[in-house]
Amino acid sequence: MAQADEALAVELYTQMALIRRVEETLQALFRQGRMRGTTHVSIGQEACAAGVVGAMDRQRDFVFSTHRCHGHFLAWGGEPRALFAELFGRQTGVCGGLGGSQHLCWNGFFSNGIQAGMAPVAVGLALSRKAAGEGIGVAFLGDGTFGEGALYESLNLAALWGAPLLFVVEDNGYAQSTPRRMQHAGRLAGRPPAFGVETVVHDAADPITIRRLAEALTLAVRADCRPRCLYLHTYRLAAHSLSEDYRDTEEIERWRRADPLAAMRRRLPDEQADTIDREIAARVADAVAAAEADPPARPRAVPLPEPVALPSLASAGGEPA
Amino acid sequence: MTPAGSANGTVHPHGGGLTFRASLTEAMDDLLREDPRVLLLGEDVLDPYGGAFKVTRGLSGRYPGRVLATPVSEAAIVGAATGLAIGGLRPIAEVMFGDFILLATDELINHAAKFRAMYNDQVTVPLVVRAPAGGGRAYGPTHSQSLEKHFLGVPGLKVVAPTHLHDPGALLRAAVADPDPVLFIEHKLLYPLELRPAEVHGTPYPTAVVRAGRGEPAVMLFAYGGGVRWCLPAMGRLAEAGIASTLCLPSRIDRFAAWPWWDLAGRPPAAVLVEEGTAGAGWTAEVAAQLAEAGNPPVIRRVTGADDIIPAAGHLEDAMLPSTDAVVAAALALVR
Ligand SMILES: Cc1ncc(C[n+]2csc(CCOP(=O)(O)OP(=O)(O)O)c2C)c(N)n1
Repeated sequence: MAQADEALAVELYTQMALIRRVEETLQALFRQGRMRGTTHVSIGQEACAAGVVGAMDRQRDFVFSTHRCHGHFLAWGGEPRALFAELFGRQTGVCGGLGGSQHLCWNGFFSNGIQAGMAPVAVGLALSRKAAGEGIGVAFLGDGTFGEGALYESLNLAALWGAPLLFVVEDNGYAQSTPRRMQHAGRLAGRPPAFGVETVVHDAADPITIRRLAEALTLAVRADCRPRCLYLHTYRLAAHSLSEDYRDTEEIERWRRADPLAAMRRRLPDEQADTIDREIAARVADAVAAAEADPPARPRAVPLPEPVALPSLASAGGEPA
Repeated sequence: MTPAGSANGTVHPHGGGLTFRASLTEAMDDLLREDPRVLLLGEDVLDPYGGAFKVTRGLSGRYPGRVLATPVSEAAIVGAATGLAIGGLRPIAEVMFGDFILLATDELINHAAKFRAMYNDQVTVPLVVRAPAGGGRAYGPTHSQSLEKHFLGVPGLKVVAPTHLHDPGALLRAAVADPDPVLFIEHKLLYPLELRPAEVHGTPYPTAVVRAGRGEPAVMLFAYGGGVRWCLPAMGRLAEAGIASTLCLPSRIDRFAAWPWWDLAGRPPAAVLVEEGTAGAGWTAEVAAQLAEAGNPPVIRRVTGADDIIPAAGHLEDAMLPSTDAVVAAALALVR
């Protein structure tokens, strides 16, 4: 490996290993009842987050993500402690504990739990960056999200008005419990090109390849302010959320043997990988301990109705004062 | 007691022949000229067409590139406007007919209105969505509705419905200056009306108060938006019958507190609540509940649209919507 590739391999492995460790820890915390609600982990898909997000410029770009957002958030530079705190319902959480797992916002990073709902918002923010003369965006989507009409309105508008936006599809073959072939007619990767959105299709086995593709595509988006699409075939190794996984166990096993994280690890010297793993484990453990000990989320101050509040019945002795 | 923060009894300055429509167009013209962050987007808003109701006419020529004709994509219009707002611009989106706002409801409620709170105040969404609404023009079931009741009580979303007794242009400017999303309801029948001076209270979304007849009011009317077109003539007829009345006409209809206005009017013993939308679970239900909760309420009647679709046949539409007769009848039933 060339030296630059080596450095990139270390960066990407570290990123992916951190995401994996954080999300496995989240699974454990939910199992132990230390977190409430639900969550969607991206275990198996980390190469997409690490590969794509690292190609963006944190100073001026932005990222729109989905319900499965932790990996994208961490790759963007989000703090594990703030993420844990968010899911613990703590003041120090990314959104003060108000957003939770699916609704993160930090430094140009936005996620929401509504399929495709963020696509037009991403187009709008991209257009505002274009007007300001700098910055582009990336908008992550799943294959299931291709069922939503808002996505097509957004692809059309992005292409029509020239929004500097990279759509990144993480096609993991499933939407919740339903396989892709049961919900989509035709080839999904053929849809963005129908709007004139240049689309590159690739598997998501190797984060270095993804990084190179994302770099080329973001360069093109920056150059001409036209949207592009990176369509990645990936697989999630964990269940959709915290519920059971009804997929074929042999299929899951086959993909587990091809786990991109393990493949990436094999590219590093064992000792170096061990050190990275140890450091990440310690960092994550510290983050969990700190986040769990943080003060609970505060309620928002809800404004009173305008122009004035209703009078208090108590103070008026049953009659309005 | 007077409402907090009110510019008490101010008679707004307009009234010199400016129409409701022209007031809005003028405000957008001013906004586009004064503030480079302002832009308009919507279906068919470019000249010479100038929008289905001609409210944006003349603007695209004067501000090229800042008045944007969109595809027929309401979700993308409101969603993209939300993104533009997050990005520091001040978009005014037009939904061609208010009925079509339903296609953008997810963007409005699950996105624009949600962001500020769920992201813990890290973003604001200064978005205005203009929606020409209401019936009276025989456009039939899907082009005549008053759907705003479905948008009341959405955290983070304001609903503003001007009349020609307010200064619609000033209200639009207030909505654009608002850090939070505003659904701006323009009743279609008000567009050609000339503005009328009126007593208004409160800021930035004033409530107009109209008094008719001699002496203490025997009945109080609560209405908003297009409801004004029945209330004003009804008040005249009641006055002729010797019944004084006071009309409360808020411009901001979400989170409207009714009681202070009833109090301001001297607590009339009867109240008629008027809304064009379908019967039940609407704005008037909220007003009635608030008056009842405050204790010693007036006797109340609601005058609303029927619980039905709006028929295309003009005479059937007339029959299913409220009317001046219905408002007068409700008042007489309570007073007599
Ligand atoms: C509008 C909307 N409909 C349904 C859901 C429920 N839901 C959450 S995730 C999901 C599947 C999404 O599939 P995909 O886009 O492929 O992403 P993946 O979960 O595979 O990462 C569904 C249906 C939702 N969150 N939003």
